[in-house]
Amino acid sequence: MKAAIVVFPGSNRERDAVAALEAASGTKPHLVWHRDTELPKVDLIVVPGGFSYGDYLRSGAMAAHSPIMREVKARADQGVRVLGVCNGFQIITEAGLLPGALMRNGGLKFVCRVQHLRVENTDSPFTAKYAKGQIVRYPVAHGDGNYWADAETVRRLDGEGQVAFRYVADDSRADPRGNPNHSVSDIAGIFNAKRTVLGLMPHPEDAVEGLHGNTDGKPMFDGLVEALS
Amino acid sequence: MKAKVHVTLKRGVLDPQGKAIAHALHTLGFDGVEDVRAGKVIELTLSSTDEAAARKEVEAMCGKLLANTVIEDYAIELVA
Repeated sequence: MKAAIVVFPGSNRERDAVAALEAASGTKPHLVWHRDTELPKVDLIVVPGGFSYGDYLRSGAMAAHSPIMREVKARADQGVRVLGVCNGFQIITEAGLLPGALMRNGGLKFVCRVQHLRVENTDSPFTAKYAKGQIVRYPVAHGDGNYWADAETVRRLDGEGQVAFRYVADDSRADPRGNPNHSVSDIAGIFNAKRTVLGLMPHPEDAVEGLHGNTDGKPMFDGLVEALS
Repeated sequence: MKAKVHVTLKRGVLDPQGKAIAHALHTLGFDGVEDVRAGKVIELTLSSTDEAAARKEVEAMCGKLLANTVIEDYAIELVA
């Protein structure tokens, strides 16, 4: 599997993505700068986490209009898989690859912790290596992760199997739902209609090695390698 | 010509910042505050001198970048 990672000024998780992808595929991913207008021929494009353009105006808004994103959108239209994590989720949503919007966390605080998630749909190369309903732990670290879409859109996301992950509680938490940011319907990550694009706030790339504390994110990268090699 | 764009969260979209401000105002004794909505103002200086053309252009800017119309409303104020 060949992958490209798009780097913006202010991205800071691109090296985590490089490590996770290289460990899973054995191939070093390409790093592509936001000013570039062309992408190499790849099977997967990753838009990594960070604080692109200092989160000015709205998180992801500036990056969504940078030159490389035109190419990312064109490739996504052709069916190339796109993974947006954290700021990457914000960017691809602002770019119109996914419905809805990401807003300031409901509690107004930056949330940094290990988060329990439920895998809602395994019918995608991103989630095929998980079991439906499986509880996984990925770290979260964000201030603007409050996913919002109108009620009709949320119904459609549910009906079409586009909800990939939901926040769930670990028994020790006060909030019975474990939702760290007040996202509508506890949504942590969504697919596009064809399930070729995944955006999520938690960081699977930071749960792939023993030193990370758990390796719950590894099946996502293994699944992508299996599907796209 | 100058344009002021006011961007606010849509009615029905939770505004936690507005809620926090309302809470702080109540703490300060401003009991008459019923609701607070926080937003932002973006000031643009435009070369255009034609009001209709300027408004059209700023509308396009709002739709493309300045506001996210999924969650935000905008209002444009032109000042000659």
